[in-house]
Amino acid sequence: MSFKNTFEKYDWDTLEEEIYAFTSVDVKLVLQKEVISLEDFKVLISPAAKPFIEEMAQRSNAITKKRFGNTIQMYVPMYLSNECQNICTYCGFSMTNKIPRKTLTDTEILKEVQHIKNLGYDHILLVTGEANRTVGVSYLKKAMELIKKHFSNISIEVQPLDQGEYEELKDAGLYAVLVYQETYHKETYKIHHPKGKKSNFDYRLDTPDRLGKARVHKIGIGALFGLEDWRVDSFYTALHLKYLQKAYWKTKYSISFPRLRPHEGEVQPKVEMTDSDLVQLICAYRLLDEDVELSMSTRESEVFRDNIIKLGITSISAESKTNPGGYSVEPQSLEQFQISDERSTADIAKMIKSQGYEVVWKDWDRSFV
Amino acid sequence: MNDILTIEDKTFTSRLFTGTGKFSSSQKMREAVLASDSELVTVALKRVDVQNENDDILVHLQETHIHLLPNTSGVRTAKEAIFAAELAREALQTNWVKLEIHPDPKYLLPDPIETLKAAEELVKKGFVVMPYIHADPVLCKRLEEVGVQCVMPLGAPIGSSKGIKTIDFLEIIIEQSTVPVIVDAGIGAPSHAAYAMELGADAVLVNTAIAVSQNPIEMAIAFKMAVQAGRMAYNAKLAPVQKVAEASSPLTSFLNNY
Repeated sequence: MSFKNTFEKYDWDTLEEEIYAFTSVDVKLVLQKEVISLEDFKVLISPAAKPFIEEMAQRSNAITKKRFGNTIQMYVPMYLSNECQNICTYCGFSMTNKIPRKTLTDTEILKEVQHIKNLGYDHILLVTGEANRTVGVSYLKKAMELIKKHFSNISIEVQPLDQGEYEELKDAGLYAVLVYQETYHKETYKIHHPKGKKSNFDYRLDTPDRLGKARVHKIGIGALFGLEDWRVDSFYTALHLKYLQKAYWKTKYSISFPRLRPHEGEVQPKVEMTDSDLVQLICAYRLLDEDVELSMSTRESEVFRDNIIKLGITSISAESKTNPGGYSVEPQSLEQFQISDERSTADIAKMIKSQGYEVVWKDWDRSFV
Repeated sequence: MNDILTIEDKTFTSRLFTGTGKFSSSQKMREAVLASDSELVTVALKRVDVQNENDDILVHLQETHIHLLPNTSGVRTAKEAIFAAELAREALQTNWVKLEIHPDPKYLLPDPIETLKAAEELVKKGFVVMPYIHADPVLCKRLEEVGVQCVMPLGAPIGSSKGIKTIDFLEIIIEQSTVPVIVDAGIGAPSHAAYAMELGADAVLVNTAIAVSQNPIEMAIAFKMAVQAGRMAYNAKLAPVQKVAEASSPLTSFLNNY
């Protein structure tokens, strides 16, 4: 048994039709409920719920404060490599893009670490493309060995791995793995991932199951908005979340909300997701689940990020570089995508504090892994 | 009246224990803790940088009347908890530990089996163990048997602010316990705290309700007063609850005529 069995019980087109047919009467009924189910979540992400966005935001704010307090967790990504054997039509690192490829050496990793530590971070997210021969488990393990002395909490966003490989990395100090399905629409997925190991939809779909079995502390899931209808993709993500919570009850979960950003080898978003859509979605997730972590990257604009702090988000990155060595080694190399909010970490921390939230740098201890 | 709470080597005049999480700043946390008069304040090991003597949370809690109570929040097994407790003992110079093992990150419900295992081991290693547990009377007795110095049953799921939902079991625990009973988790309002104290709890631990209040300092004072009121009422002995109203037309008054 894996998520695939649950996934196959649903049909994309039926879901889409259903979500777009709700009316304000449905929304009002759902908003009267104390406990929001997956069926209710469909209503809350529907176009019919848009006029109720303020009410949803108020509720999301209150629930998040109760569960997470007046705090926002800070994290920072560190790109280790842009080598990649996949073709992903929307990604700057896609194999066919003619960009200089780079994988950080030990010395370069430590140089980046020093730079990031000076900014104040204690939770780090390591990112790579998919190049198993050069940037496989042994490379990641070695990188973590170098890094773990300097950070309390290490997450990775790399190619999907096997259960045993995750176990190996967990023993080496890994806390969380982020792996986004990109889209749950199987045919669209194939169009955007025509080549490489990533073209295997099912293997990717069952990655969180392997992570759960490997007892990795936290699993981050999400869809890349722009490839398909965001509402249906988000329903599948929520379905995935609920499935995982039942199957792997000792694991923590987080959701991310990447929207397609400009990059090398441009693909235009098929479906636009507006700022208001994204706010609606974030609030709907919070109403569905009080405890799931909701994460916001620097893909979003300054104004949006300033205002989203109070709406259900629990962790945020700042001053991110999306190129290997981007902080100190090779600041000019090509990015995976352009970030939108370029403010410094100190400025973001100040912005968060000014809204009455404590900036949390450390919320884990190396000794727990 | 001398109403001091003693746990192992420490005495407390305040029966309100507090926490450090969820505040909008360490300064606010400090002000609320001071306003509460709490003498035992729990701090999550995972939130502090023990290598850093200027750690933001720790520098805000240096008053001599405040004892730090490191907690093991974040661990999932007895083994991890023991390791964390030892780390905390070394770093924070205290052999007190609030033992929290909740493998379920959603509701943060304590694992009774791992908690009992860890408690036994930690007592042997010389710790003063304050275990966060379900309101399970048998588990409390088992924990007593392995030598814990108090028990901390929950009133409701942590952070839920639902109040004393486990009352039937708490009453049994309070009746049976030979160690102090501290009601931990679920207390959302000063009235809940007062209620727990009236039942005979030896102390309560409150964090979320103070930290996420619009005015944490006022709320800390409200809890302080509620805990004092509840304790005073317990000591003064509450009037017994009448199961049947006293009838104005008694049925047996004719007997007086004999």
